[in-house]
Amino acid sequence: MKTLSESVAPSTRPAPLASSSRNGERGLRPMIFLVALWLCLAVAVVFLITLVATVAIQGAPRLTATLLTEYPSSSPERAGARPAILGSIWVIATTAVFTIPLGVAAAVHLEEFADRSNWFNRLVEVNVQNLASVPSIVYGLLALSFLSLLGVQDKNIVIGGALALSLLILPVIIISTREALRAVPQEIRQGSLALGASQWQTTWRQVLPSAVPGIATGSILALSRALGEAAPLLLLGALVFVSFDPNGLLSGFTTLPIQIFNWTGRPQAEFHDLAAATSIVLLVLLVTMNALAIFIRNRFQSRW
Amino acid sequence: MTTMTEPARSGAPARAGTSHFTGRARPVEAVIRVVLRIAASVTVITALGILIALVVPAWGFFREVPVLEFLFGTRWAPRFADASFGVLPLVTATLWTTVIALVVAVPLGLGAAVYLAEYARPRVRRVLKPILEILAGIPTVVYGLFALQFVQTVVLRDVLALQTGAFSVLAAGLVMGVMIVPTIASISEDSLSAVPLALRQGSAALGANRMQTTLRVVFPAATSGIVAAVVLGISRAVGETMIVAIAAGNQARLVGGPLEQGQTMTGFIANAALGDSRVGSLEYDTLFAVGLLLFAVTLLVNAISIRIVRRFREIY
Amino acid sequence: MRTRSPKIISLLAVVASAGLLLTGCGGQSSEGSEDGTSGTVTVDGSSTVAPLSEAAADLFRSEQSDVNVTVATSGTGGGFAKFCAGETDLQDASRPIEDDEIAACEAAGIDYTEIIIANDGLSVVVNPENDWAECLTTEQLATMWGPDAEGTITNWNQIDPSFPDQELSLFGAGTDSGTFDYFTDAINGEEGAIRTDYSPSEDDNITVQGVSGDTGAVGFFGLSYVEQNSDSVKAVAVDNGSGCVSPTAETVQDGTYAPLGRGLYVYVANASYTDKPQVKSFVDYYVENASQVAEDALFIGLTDEQLTTAQDELASLAS
Repeated sequence: MKTLSESVAPSTRPAPLASSSRNGERGLRPMIFLVALWLCLAVAVVFLITLVATVAIQGAPRLTATLLTEYPSSSPERAGARPAILGSIWVIATTAVFTIPLGVAAAVHLEEFADRSNWFNRLVEVNVQNLASVPSIVYGLLALSFLSLLGVQDKNIVIGGALALSLLILPVIIISTREALRAVPQEIRQGSLALGASQWQTTWRQVLPSAVPGIATGSILALSRALGEAAPLLLLGALVFVSFDPNGLLSGFTTLPIQIFNWTGRPQAEFHDLAAATSIVLLVLLVTMNALAIFIRNRFQSRW
Repeated sequence: MTTMTEPARSGAPARAGTSHFTGRARPVEAVIRVVLRIAASVTVITALGILIALVVPAWGFFREVPVLEFLFGTRWAPRFADASFGVLPLVTATLWTTVIALVVAVPLGLGAAVYLAEYARPRVRRVLKPILEILAGIPTVVYGLFALQFVQTVVLRDVLALQTGAFSVLAAGLVMGVMIVPTIASISEDSLSAVPLALRQGSAALGANRMQTTLRVVFPAATSGIVAAVVLGISRAVGETMIVAIAAGNQARLVGGPLEQGQTMTGFIANAALGDSRVGSLEYDTLFAVGLLLFAVTLLVNAISIRIVRRFREIY
Repeated sequence: MRTRSPKIISLLAVVASAGLLLTGCGGQSSEGSEDGTSGTVTVDGSSTVAPLSEAAADLFRSEQSDVNVTVATSGTGGGFAKFCAGETDLQDASRPIEDDEIAACEAAGIDYTEIIIANDGLSVVVNPENDWAECLTTEQLATMWGPDAEGTITNWNQIDPSFPDQELSLFGAGTDSGTFDYFTDAINGEEGAIRTDYSPSEDDNITVQGVSGDTGAVGFFGLSYVEQNSDSVKAVAVDNGSGCVSPTAETVQDGTYAPLGRGLYVYVANASYTDKPQVKSFVDYYVENASQVAEDALFIGLTDEQLTTAQDELASLAS
């Protein structure tokens, strides 16, 4: 989880104290302390490297065109993750369409228009924080309930998965959008108002455009989190052998994390290799999305 | 903008610091405001929805199963003919995985945070922070894969030759711990950095070395943020599903040791989801009863966090 | 405002290209099918039979690529609940339909046709390092798995004093599973009667994982899973009173592997068969190529007699 404030606002941290060569720094205890801190970081880094290395080594031999273009099969040689890749794209795109406008609108309301002393608005703010820490599987239960209420029998449909994931990342998008809006200086708003613009005009034509890079960054990071989620979708019955491309919002689907979970659960080693190879694909997608977010932030972020 | 000649009128609640120059509010803007307000209400609706979605089936569940039996019973066999609904086995497994995860995550996370905030040069930070962010971005399924195939099989069984089977709470807990490290590290680091430079300089002026400054001045000043970070780590550990579903095992039993397998609350929900539960049946309601317990625990942990943060927060 | 445009344009460009990519992928349809059938076929039920249906779906796709077959594994019991609610087209089952399920289907107006699609020897498996349990009698299995064993039978030497002092670790099918129903009925004498302190899962793969990871482990699932995982688990011979019999294609087909030899079923919803051409297409293919499919998925195929019966069932459906 990126520090959301770091994603959108320029860094304003105090610089560390200049390293000094006084005697106090060279004592035994300070050195041990520093080594201990280094170890902490080292363990985390070593873990990451081990994880990526084992996944890459296990999966690399199966990272072939077959993986990308073929359908799952009961025989590992023929199996591929094509429905999972397309399913992930479909679900994430649908989630984005639902949740970004909703999240940005909610954040704009909270940040620009809401009367802070109003109890309702305070409730919404507290709510957003709470919702952000609810376990993802509870969102799956919510989607399951809602779809059962609507009488939907086959809940393993693109729009069902998008519903669960949208609600899951909505608080995250609201929080990051608010940070982006806060980073726009008051002077911009005041200048616009002073020139006679209405509050909405100010928001729409001055504040939002300035905040777009921050909003984009936050949204892409939230979507990349949704891309990696499997638990809520399991509750919708997503653990299914799917041998076709998704073809609509009501179509059955599977996603990359679900496919990985599926193949990890099979005891044959070849399927584990496939799961590792699919993990590589997923990680590449995630790294790309994160890099895009960072690129947008660095290239377009206005420094005030 | 066409409103230069219009008289200025306040038409909206003023933000602090702005004057009441809001220009003429056009009718469409009133509509837009309503739309925005509705968007913000969706979050409240979602929270209400979660509450209703969990409570209604749970109510059905508690009509069949006494609350005390649920909370304190030690046999969890909800889908068998001779059914029992004591949730303690799930709770013990959740506790074990959470505690193991924290034992890993808190020292590593705080250590990393202290290093990044107090010691690291900008160039080093530029390399290390992205690495932590990558750790945070890895999907939990991949962590689960790693826990089952590498940590459990290679590390615990082969290399360390420990007495353990195909699944264990230790493997799941260890990997979960590393997954949480970035969460704890980034929030702690933010709050360590927020401590004003003046405090550090004052401490240095009094002759303290950097370790003493960090431990005795900066750390205490950042307590509220660090506690918030740890508590967020706890709620992530409790709510984590995929790692435990893959690596901790499926047997709902009272877990006595780290090398044993067990089924956590989230693991039960995920596993039950793989079968079929008819809407309205007791099995279906059981899912939601456990979900409600999970939700309640998360809310409780959050509420404690807010309390503690408020108590310890230092305003500079 | 004008200065903001380039940024927005660039961002829109990124979004637009992503959109094009999406439509490009989504619009891609593979080589058309032979007679233009398309649509969905929903299969659910037993995780024992699922690999067979998956293999059929796999082979079927090479003939009819526009038909979308999904195979889910809610367990035989779970699958029947969906089947008798009209939610699925085909039901995979590792045991025959039961009275209450027949009633449910009747009440919902679901007419179905039962087809035996393969044979199975429900196998009791142990870890490859288990060298003491080569053959177990049905009494020993009942001791090991019966409801009275809960909490009391925890060690192999309680099953047979000659067995070593090794902790017993049990894995098996969950309550929605037909394998569960069949095993409890055959071994414990009553369907559903079993100790509850084992690791249940609707997914037989997880049972394989459990058994392969623990020296003192024991589990049960269909023979095809044993064949697929011959390096991780080992089947024990079962003595039903007339000697130790190992589960193989021969012993299952000639009935000597008892009481755990069984048929594997596919139930077809008659309405789906007549109203949905893609379902008819798939079912016809499945039955016609049952032997090929079974071989592909490492299942025990039908005897010639059984094959004829299946084809007759199909013919009666079509008429």
